[in-house]
Amino acid sequence: MKYLRLMIIACLVLLPVHGMAADDGYGYPIPGSYEATIMGTPAALMPKLPAHIRTRHLVLNVFPEREKPPIFFYDEGLQCTFAYQKHKAPLVFLIGGAGASDQADKLMTMMKTFYQAGFHVITLPSPTHANFIISASQSRVPGDLTEDAADLYRAMETAWNQVKDDIEVSEFLLGGYSLGAVQSAFIAKLDEERKVFNFRKVLMINPPVDLYSSATSIEELLKQIPGGAKKQGIFFNRMLSKFGQFYRYGNFVAINEDFLYSIYTEKLFTKPETAGLIGLTYRIGLAGMIFTSDVMTNSGYVVPKNRVLSHTDSLFDYFLVSTHLSFYDYINEYFYPHFLKLRPGLTKKELIDSESIRSIEGYLKSSAKFGVMTNENDFLLTKAELDYLRQLFGERVKIYPRGGHLGNLEYKDNLAYMVEFFKK
Amino acid sequence: MITVNRYRTCTAILALMLSLLLSGCATTMVNSEPEVPAMHTIAEFKDQRFADVSDPWEGFNHSMYRFNYYFDKYLFLPVVSGYEFVAPTFVQDRVSGFYNNIGEVRNLTNSMFQLKGKESLTTLARFVTNSTVGLAGMFDPATTFGLERHQQDFGKTMGYWGADSGPYLVLPIFGPSSLRDTGGLVVDTGITYGIYSAIDPFGSTDNAFLYGAGVSSLGAIDSRHQKSFRYFESGYPFEYYMVRFIYHEQREIESQKPLPAGLPEPAQ
Repeated sequence: MKYLRLMIIACLVLLPVHGMAADDGYGYPIPGSYEATIMGTPAALMPKLPAHIRTRHLVLNVFPEREKPPIFFYDEGLQCTFAYQKHKAPLVFLIGGAGASDQADKLMTMMKTFYQAGFHVITLPSPTHANFIISASQSRVPGDLTEDAADLYRAMETAWNQVKDDIEVSEFLLGGYSLGAVQSAFIAKLDEERKVFNFRKVLMINPPVDLYSSATSIEELLKQIPGGAKKQGIFFNRMLSKFGQFYRYGNFVAINEDFLYSIYTEKLFTKPETAGLIGLTYRIGLAGMIFTSDVMTNSGYVVPKNRVLSHTDSLFDYFLVSTHLSFYDYINEYFYPHFLKLRPGLTKKELIDSESIRSIEGYLKSSAKFGVMTNENDFLLTKAELDYLRQLFGERVKIYPRGGHLGNLEYKDNLAYMVEFFKK
Repeated sequence: MITVNRYRTCTAILALMLSLLLSGCATTMVNSEPEVPAMHTIAEFKDQRFADVSDPWEGFNHSMYRFNYYFDKYLFLPVVSGYEFVAPTFVQDRVSGFYNNIGEVRNLTNSMFQLKGKESLTTLARFVTNSTVGLAGMFDPATTFGLERHQQDFGKTMGYWGADSGPYLVLPIFGPSSLRDTGGLVVDTGITYGIYSAIDPFGSTDNAFLYGAGVSSLGAIDSRHQKSFRYFESGYPFEYYMVRFIYHEQREIESQKPLPAGLPEPAQ
């Protein structure tokens, strides 16, 4: 996956990083929203973190009775990463964004930061990640905030039971970014009833307000492809040959940082092309979620119903078909019908409205344990949604002038703020 | 005695491979319910295929991919972790440097095969510098002097002279490859072995074979230690295709095959 990510990182239209940021006392340098989202934080502006920390890999058997299809033979349970101190300390649970595994780069940076600050940490995969759907989702249909929060809560309890004899914990804390931030809010609400953890503080980083409206923002990116998302294959192949030719004509030693840097200084890709590539990355992730859920529920959505796939069967056609499905297709043809069957009479609007932090705003407004970090130019938030967050959280929201969606998460000031928040 | 052990190891590996291949067939569950076509199928597809690579032996490759996963899990990675546990990081890095320096011989021969004068000289200078000042490659002063490493192999040489990659092939233990690159691997190994036999570094000792075996085993461990890739680690159900695509594309781009005729030169 590394080179795919590098290739996508390379698809940039930005100017050199230095000397561009407005002089507003905030040192994160990349002004554009898309650019920051893709580029993230330059290595020199991340804090110095230890290369190795004391960690253990947890493989949790959340549903001991569950039979897994042979195609997922390698999935032995829910994967979590656990970093532990030798002394009594608070334990932080962390949840990533859509498609993130427990070892996503951003989660690992946060884990090291909190570990260095003296906390125990457990990272979990996102409920949209295949591993979670296979091993920890009750319904095996991801995307519902209430159900996903219940699944996450169960997974966290299982993880806690596995480690509680080995560490001393003073209190529990919870944090998540992007989709994981919204899920954290729903988990915290559930915890008020269940009271297993009694989270003292909950941190939401770059939360979307409505899942449906943020999915719409991502679909908009794909509209910038000539012919739209249905022609993304043609688009992909054209971008790839552009990439290859650029390499051949330049005198490069390898596909490495130098090569990628020159791609954005030479502006190899135009702005709509960059947008299209970001959108396509989301699509490739979504395809994995749709396919996994379909196999697990035997719904006959992209894989014929009752077909049992073996490890030698080709999945490539499923890959092509799934990557051509949009968020809307998933919601209209798969997600909504699933819930309609369970709750007859449910309208699509009711379902969409429930997938939003607005549905629990009374709780969020009243509870002092929440903190929010976001950016003025996060492209997943409209102006109105940003104002909504300001008004809902008041003093408890910290808004940075730039950083796009998660681009500044690994910036040293942001990480220091997170530690500060949990220590207060 | 040594031959017998070697023979036994080979038999054990072969048996493991066979049993894994066969168990793949055995575990396929039979579902008695009739199949119902899916809501979305490839028939409605009106776009170019993308991230596609010629893969006529896909079934075999999937089995090898799975074999490598188990081989890593039960044998290779435990050994590598043991090594990483026992040897301090400083030592690990020196070991990597030593083997990477030996690899310069392969880089050099192939730069020469591609008639790349400047690159060959750079690689030669690297090899000489690191072998002497860098204490047999344990340190890498050459990079500090601005002599960059040029990774080359015979697969790339063939690609450079216009040979097609041929079908994708997942090799046991070595992992992703292609028909062309597998041939290249054989040639490179032959050349390295030829040079090794000519120099015969342990020839004067009593246990030449044992030393040789030790050096190559440590080489294998170091090479796995240097690779962070883990089979199925991403959890992504289409990981096989991503790996296949990235391997293929990276090789295509880096072998700098001559461009098809008729493409205009871009303006500088």
